[in-house]
Amino acid sequence: MTGASGLGSLGRVAAQQRLTAEQILQFDKLGSISLLYLTDIHAQLEPIYFREPSVNLGIGESAGQPPHLTDKAFRDYFKIAAGSADAYALTAEDFTQLAKNYGRMGGLDRIATLVKMIRAERGADNVLLLDGGDTWQGSWSSMQTKGQDMVDAMVKLGVDAMVGHWEFTLGADRVKEITDKAPFAFLAQNIRSLEWQEPVFAARKSYEKGGARIDVIGQAMPRTPIANPRWMIPDWEFGLREAELQKEVETARAEGADVVVLLSHNGFDIDKKLAGRVKGIDIILTAHTHDAVPDLVRVGDTVLVGAGSHGKFLARLDIEVRQKKVAGVRYKLMPVFSDAIAPDAEMKALVETIRAPFKAVLSREIARTESLLYRRGNFNGTFDDLICQAMMKERDTELALSPGFRWGGSLLPGDPITFEAIANATAITYPACYRTTMTGEQIKVMLEDVADNIFHPDPYFQAGGDMVRVGGLGYSIDVSKSMGSRITGLTHLASNKPIEAGKSYAISGWASVNQNVEGPPIWEVVEKYLSQVKTVRIEPNSSVRISGT
Amino acid sequence: MAQIKPVASRRQILTGLATAPLLLVIPNLAQATAAAVEAEIKKLYGDKAIGSGKIKLDVPQIAENGLVVPVTVEVESPMTDADYVKAIHVFADGNPLPGVVTYRFTPASGKAAVSFRMRLAATQNIVCVAEMSNGSLHTTKSEVKVTIGGCGG
Repeated sequence: MTGASGLGSLGRVAAQQRLTAEQILQFDKLGSISLLYLTDIHAQLEPIYFREPSVNLGIGESAGQPPHLTDKAFRDYFKIAAGSADAYALTAEDFTQLAKNYGRMGGLDRIATLVKMIRAERGADNVLLLDGGDTWQGSWSSMQTKGQDMVDAMVKLGVDAMVGHWEFTLGADRVKEITDKAPFAFLAQNIRSLEWQEPVFAARKSYEKGGARIDVIGQAMPRTPIANPRWMIPDWEFGLREAELQKEVETARAEGADVVVLLSHNGFDIDKKLAGRVKGIDIILTAHTHDAVPDLVRVGDTVLVGAGSHGKFLARLDIEVRQKKVAGVRYKLMPVFSDAIAPDAEMKALVETIRAPFKAVLSREIARTESLLYRRGNFNGTFDDLICQAMMKERDTELALSPGFRWGGSLLPGDPITFEAIANATAITYPACYRTTMTGEQIKVMLEDVADNIFHPDPYFQAGGDMVRVGGLGYSIDVSKSMGSRITGLTHLASNKPIEAGKSYAISGWASVNQNVEGPPIWEVVEKYLSQVKTVRIEPNSSVRISGT
Repeated sequence: MAQIKPVASRRQILTGLATAPLLLVIPNLAQATAAAVEAEIKKLYGDKAIGSGKIKLDVPQIAENGLVVPVTVEVESPMTDADYVKAIHVFADGNPLPGVVTYRFTPASGKAAVSFRMRLAATQNIVCVAEMSNGSLHTTKSEVKVTIGGCGG
């Protein structure tokens, strides 16, 4: 195989005004096929700011390996200059300043421009466009239209196939309603009916592109019924289903596939392990963990692609096929700088039409932030700190829990906090903000359980996502320890006293996976809080102390 | 907080937790241990040697629903009069009682394969022992993780 090209020469372009769509698209073409890939858009139709994590720990063999690199270590590994466009797109370093220089990223109208230009360059019959899922969830309009806005936009973009995860939180009936009539394939080899173990979706689809046969196998997020409400998909069973996947690959080869692609929502670390165990996959398009990796990662004869999230990137892989085999793959992770790429007129019009009914609601300004608000990071993010503050105040609790979701845009200091910004961090179909009591022991058990889903040394036991965010609570975590002994020093921050195992604490939270949870939707709680405080200032969070890295 | 609907009952408070109710009651349950499973096997077969192999135990690494965890056990055997599987025993070392189920077979069973669902309140090992018609014993085990879930990326 030939080498990867990474982001190319963008790093040397110092000023944003010198960035052009041509530079972003510049590619030394290879072979007869171009595979385009985008993933985890989380329903962001328009350009946004999205700060990558500054803490993204790898455990065991993953430590210090891509994608578990941040900031300077990330730049050193991929040879990216500080302050460059690449540094802005791929790291959290100096984010506020660089965001002002380089502007928002993403936007489906910009992505449509790139896709159209590549189709024109390569010939539409030689281009395959794949979507890694988490596409229909993450905005107010996607929630209100039950995913229809994103389906319409992705049909317009000309997506050939997709997989799913958050899609399933629309409920089994709605997912089936969409996928039964969609012009794109919705693939999932690892979803079976609970009762009869029959496939719920097609596992695989074949495409003839550039004179070769490409078979795409779909892998849905294997832990969906655990990570998200199982009651919304009561008759479906997920899981990794490695043996069935191996069979599917062999069947594809036996039927004459030249290229086998796994379109996977497993998450990067799981896919890296899987690549060493399931034989015969040429390319794994990873998703779920939102890793933007500017080079291919190789495991044996398999290459892995991490194409980021929120529409920030469009990945291009040129594939050369010789004697019915992949002879070379050339890769570029194209950053979608919204100021450098002209919007595609058709997609722009569609996005405007989609958003028109919600315009008044979305643009309503609730407050302003003086701090950078962001989500990503293994243990905390300022946006989650804000949500925890809102829950503790509005639900009158001493502690709060907020899920470690990796989606949701960032806001720069000075930005208005609109209802859209709140919705981008909270729009889910199980939004109840509950109030309850938990004993100190229950809190400890819960934190241990979540930590094990993130820091288990075996990737097959990891579920993706980040650590549950806590409000009013401090703790120490040794990520190298095993389940039950990672969390120590639980502290009730208001009183600066240790959390007592037998004592009960009033606690609020949202996104419970249980059915019939009571409480107002989280966006109402956050809006009510913000409308009172008006100005948000979040101090750096030092209540989680990390060791064992 | 007049606009915010109060939580109605204690039951709903509990189901509203991000924590599965099952997990919350675990500390009050008497649990079997690996030693209890061993003792149970000893009760059945004394100090007889137990080999590995022959048994294919298929359980999820992580249970999607701890209340109904699918378990499939298959023991390799020609199932003839001369050579067949007499029994399959299943144990769980986190169950209140270690013995879960015993299946008995004859050559007329055709094959020694069973599928069932069991309730697991917490992460634990599922242990299988197969008794063959010549008296030999085989065992295998597999851990099933039961997690409270939530917080998916």
